[in-house]
Amino acid sequence: MTGLITMDDLTNEEILEILEDADRLLPVARGELYLPLLQGRILGNLFFEPSTRTRMSFETAMKRLGGDVVNLGDVKTSSVVKGETLFDTIQMVDGYTDIIAMRHPRQGAAQYAQDSARVPILNGGDGAGHHPTQTMLDLFTIKQAHGKLDGLKVILAGDLRFGRTVHSLSHALTRFGCELVFASPDILKMPAEIVSDLKAHGGAITETEDLYSMMEDADVVYMTRIQKERFSDEDEYAKVAGAYKLHANDLSDVKAGMIIMHPLPRVDEIHPSVDSTRHARYFEQAFNGVVARMALLCKLLGVEVPADVEKAGGAL
Amino acid sequence: MSNEHSMRRVTAIRNGTVIDHIPQGQALAVLDMLGISDATSVPVSLVMNVPSKKMGNKDIIKVEDRELTQGELDRLALVAPDANVAIIRAYTVAEKMTINLGDEMVNVVRCTMSNCITSNLREPLPHRMKVVSRDPLELRCHYCGRPQDLVKLVKNVI
Repeated sequence: MTGLITMDDLTNEEILEILEDADRLLPVARGELYLPLLQGRILGNLFFEPSTRTRMSFETAMKRLGGDVVNLGDVKTSSVVKGETLFDTIQMVDGYTDIIAMRHPRQGAAQYAQDSARVPILNGGDGAGHHPTQTMLDLFTIKQAHGKLDGLKVILAGDLRFGRTVHSLSHALTRFGCELVFASPDILKMPAEIVSDLKAHGGAITETEDLYSMMEDADVVYMTRIQKERFSDEDEYAKVAGAYKLHANDLSDVKAGMIIMHPLPRVDEIHPSVDSTRHARYFEQAFNGVVARMALLCKLLGVEVPADVEKAGGAL
Repeated sequence: MSNEHSMRRVTAIRNGTVIDHIPQGQALAVLDMLGISDATSVPVSLVMNVPSKKMGNKDIIKVEDRELTQGELDRLALVAPDANVAIIRAYTVAEKMTINLGDEMVNVVRCTMSNCITSNLREPLPHRMKVVSRDPLELRCHYCGRPQDLVKLVKNVI
């Protein structure tokens, strides 16, 4: 395995192994235990697009494991504005680091970087393409809540057209035999090629505009933000903005164990009244970004996570 | 009209390459893909919309004094996958060739998605299209994974 560009780079067995590693690393992620598995290693953080959670959680993950991080910094002050190609940027960072986490506005940039580099690339989002490290933390959150990944009913709601997190996640959930419901306004539907790919792989898929009637027997409701920045036409955005506004009152008939997830940031698709319900899981999900990325960094750098982390680690 | 008659529309060439059984209307695209333009110094004969037993109607191209290589011909898989190619030497067929569609087309066409990383023409890595299905032909960009619209793709020949 070189890097992680799409979820196709991982088998189901590898996914489950990484999730188990992540689970054992929880006390390290919480700062309760010091375990410098990646001491002496350097992560290059290349974020060509704004990011808060992904960039910070990669940095935290590396540092919790005793590694170090170098950042590209603001794209506006880097060589990129001088016209440097991605290929050249990667050649440089490849020489400075042991592994690279990258986000780029153009689709295919992560695969392109991997083909240009010797070190592994972790795709932190490429345009409207893939976001597999987000998928790993999403899967971790789902498994944490339900104890399994297979056979669940998962609703993905909101912007399914441009939302790269739901593209990667729907592929992974299909591989684990989940039933998927895609709830979105018509102009933000899941791209047809993704739906046909999922169906070709045996995916059980329902497409609808009506989120609320589908929630009763769902195990997971995964909300996404309708991304203003992906619209070139303000009027088109205005038509669909606020299409879904999940309120605590909407949750009276749902399963007790149903969880609500969101990759964050949210706007108004989840009302703050939901935060205090037993279903809200989005802040834990954001925290899980650290532990999932810790496990991925170890995996890609060929570092084994000890079976007994408590024994291997020391007090801080 | 038989195939033999249609071939006589253009005189036999002494040396060069004959590309037969090009789908009707695709001859110009074939010339484009082979990089044969009006600046080419060798004589080129083009026959379009002639009857064919096998195809209904077809196009034919004859390029004189130039033997196309297998690599050049394989580029044609996109527009004329079933074309027959003959290398002519001293008025006789010296070699018959077929067009091979491999698992990937490298540096033949550019991805049609405007936001693909390869749309920055200064990026130096090769343009790669993975062959997902042969019949019907389905290609996806190696980098962004986008399935390609073949009509648009022909306009993106490198």
